[in-house]
Amino acid sequence: MRVTLHVWRQAGPVALGKFVRYDVSDVSADMSFLEMLDVLNQQLIGRREEPIAFDHDCREGICGACGMVINGRPHGPQRATTTCQLHLRSFPDGAELWIEPWRARAFPVLKDLVVDRSAFDRVIQAGGFISVRTGSAPEANSVAVAKQDADLAMDAAACIGCGACVAACPNASALLFVAAKVSHLGLLPQGQPERASRVVNMVTQMDAEGFGACTNHGECMAACPKEISIDFIARLNRDYVKAAVRGKAHAAQGNGGAA
Amino acid sequence: MTMELRSNSPGGPLAEKWERHRAELRLVNPANKRKHHVIVVGTGLAGASAAASLAELGYTVSCFCFQDSPRRAHSIAAQGGINAAKNYQNDGDSVFRLFYDTIKGGDFRSREANVYRLAEISARIIDQCVAQGVPFAREYGGLLANRSFGGVQVSRTFYARGQTGQQLLLGAYQALCRQIGAGQVRMYPRTEMLDVVVVDGQARGIITRNLVDGKISAHVADAVVLATGGYSNVYYLSTNAKGCNVTAIWRAHKRGAALANPCFTQIHPTCIPPTGHHQAKLTLMSESLRNDGRIWVPLRKGDARAPGDIPETERDYYLERRYPSYGNLVPRDLASRRAKEVCDEGRGVGPGGHGVYLDFRDAIARLGEAAIADRYGNLFQMYQRITAESPYRAPMRIYPAPHYTMGGLWVDYNLMSTIPGLHVIGEANFSDHGANRLGASALMQGLADGYFILPYTIGDYLAQANLPKLDATHPAVRQTGAQVADRARKLLEVNGRRSVDTFHRELGRLMWDRCGMSRNAAGLKDAIQKICVLREEFWDDVYVGGRGADLNEALEQAGRVSDFLEFAELMCRDALERDESCGCHFREEYQTPEGEARRDDERFGHVAAWEFTGVGKTPLLHTEPLQFEAVHPSQRSYT
Repeated sequence: MRVTLHVWRQAGPVALGKFVRYDVSDVSADMSFLEMLDVLNQQLIGRREEPIAFDHDCREGICGACGMVINGRPHGPQRATTTCQLHLRSFPDGAELWIEPWRARAFPVLKDLVVDRSAFDRVIQAGGFISVRTGSAPEANSVAVAKQDADLAMDAAACIGCGACVAACPNASALLFVAAKVSHLGLLPQGQPERASRVVNMVTQMDAEGFGACTNHGECMAACPKEISIDFIARLNRDYVKAAVRGKAHAAQGNGGAA
Repeated sequence: MTMELRSNSPGGPLAEKWERHRAELRLVNPANKRKHHVIVVGTGLAGASAAASLAELGYTVSCFCFQDSPRRAHSIAAQGGINAAKNYQNDGDSVFRLFYDTIKGGDFRSREANVYRLAEISARIIDQCVAQGVPFAREYGGLLANRSFGGVQVSRTFYARGQTGQQLLLGAYQALCRQIGAGQVRMYPRTEMLDVVVVDGQARGIITRNLVDGKISAHVADAVVLATGGYSNVYYLSTNAKGCNVTAIWRAHKRGAALANPCFTQIHPTCIPPTGHHQAKLTLMSESLRNDGRIWVPLRKGDARAPGDIPETERDYYLERRYPSYGNLVPRDLASRRAKEVCDEGRGVGPGGHGVYLDFRDAIARLGEAAIADRYGNLFQMYQRITAESPYRAPMRIYPAPHYTMGGLWVDYNLMSTIPGLHVIGEANFSDHGANRLGASALMQGLADGYFILPYTIGDYLAQANLPKLDATHPAVRQTGAQVADRARKLLEVNGRRSVDTFHRELGRLMWDRCGMSRNAAGLKDAIQKICVLREEFWDDVYVGGRGADLNEALEQAGRVSDFLEFAELMCRDALERDESCGCHFREEYQTPEGEARRDDERFGHVAAWEFTGVGKTPLLHTEPLQFEAVHPSQRSYT
């Protein structure tokens, strides 16, 4: 089959970008979307043109490195599927595709389709953990966790940190990402001691990074390759309000007492 | 240069070695720890857990990864689980049994003391991870659930759906993030290590390239820890992430670190078969599927009927037939070899006959579709996404693929390489899996090294090492930095006609054919010659393009492939030198009449550790004899 691509090309963080058209023929329906870009890049290298820069690594839909907006949709048209797991059989022969990087103020473009998502790491650094020193853990089965709580925590913990939720949101909000971590840890007994400080610190950092506010569009959930539910946002809001009521002095306890 | 391989395994009874050793390790005063700067390269399970634990102890840590975030290291893709000798199932498991299974699974080519320590520590890893909030699978009573993996007859594998690696890594990543937030770790993402700085025989730093702007920098420290993973991508097609590479350990090897057993590479039996020449990587289907899936091929050659049309009597469940007591759960090396065998006989299924069936029909009939979906739902979904076929309706088609490398930098009991101060942990070292790794043991080893071994042993080194003050202006640092910059410049200047990718693919095919699932002397000799020719052609004719001072993936790839082209030769030499079959290393000349591996303990009951002598020059072989006190090496039997 063949496809026509319009790919966002941008030489660097401050350069002006533009769409460039490429016709790619001789691709197969069994190819993944990134394998199709590999083919195009090999052709570009053959013509001494600069290949398209894009992030990718595991190509199994779990590392969260890849991500591009395809025809206006983060990770393309297939539900619950990362770009690397999207296959060309999802498109008709001769399809015309517009490929762009994640667009959000908190995710500046570095080059072509590569963006800087380190804001996510800083949000986790602000409180997305349980403070447990190596070696100090009690016996694993000493605390029972109801299966439904563990399962729900796992649903939230499945987030791969790709940033599609931010790219899909008209406000470029990161609330689904933050809510997934707040919920994962808040659902487990081990996460209770820091539950209040965690949500306050993470939300504060999220705001400082320049992500927008959540106005309940739900686009994030629709774009999420791991189908993380916006119910977790409701959970975060509840935790946040509770923490605020109990008072910020009590809540914001720095970094959880790290060394 | 003389190289000495001192394992530093402590004396005394096996079960007391680690405790005694810990009591004897020297300590660094708490107030002095912050004055010691430690570099950790890699943020997978081993690297992230080590960096976090060292920072908790008070050391000043710098941590590096080539990915855009430490959370994306390839440990994240591990699916099935992590072993621990908890005996929660009351099925007779124990530390000794986990130790014995691991050393037997490795075909008696690993160090007893290391493997025992690993089994001993395993239980504490689960405690640590649960406390961090890793959402392991649980039973209705709220306690932890287990499942079985290959090569064992107890149920000791802990799991988080089919995403155990992801959840364990996120636990370690979050511990690391806590230390970054506290200012105890300085994190350098999108930064690739390109050399080790050795000053007066000690590892004192690394040279890195910033992958966004191309800047080459020197970082000096008191000790360096490599947690840079395995080299399966020498085969081009493997289950590893695209970025996985041999560069860090190869450059360390060139600076004097011995490389051990490089030919021990694991070919995983259950991967999705390739579909065409465009294939960029292969995808694993977790070994846990073999708990409920049955592996078979048609009895008759070239049987082209749909699997559902082949009656029971015309199917060959060849693993159950040959290994009745382990059945579909034999170790990976055997499952892979038998799959290759039936395909070579012409009984393979799917395009090109490169596949065998992994069938869930009976399990679905027995347990119902919902129970199977609960256990393997995300794996089935992944399979369907890639192949457009539903494993609920038709059996999966699977074929072996390179997955893990047991070989790596040689380390002593303290996880230190032959360069003082250079420690190596996780898949990057050679230490615990011998000639074949059992399923769910990689996660265990990575976390054992990072959480519970290195934090003690590195203190012993720092407490006694003479570490004169050093900064980036030292001539040895500047010289190493200049060499790194020079290599990048050379790669850009070749300006030939062939892309980096074409060289990598050609090398991969050659290694798969000659140094893959089965090997022979003639093929290996031929491969060594061809690798040398290909390497020369690479430096004559590669085209990289772009600039050094830019985000340039082709340049990153070129550096990695140039190292694979040197490393592959050593891998073949090691395979050629080892005139026996053991575990995954199957030399066609050495097999029993039944086609099983024939070991030669007399001549090869050792670790082969290679010393670098120059590119294209014959490396020097050193051996560390393996002594067995607690177990008696026998021919592995899984029948």
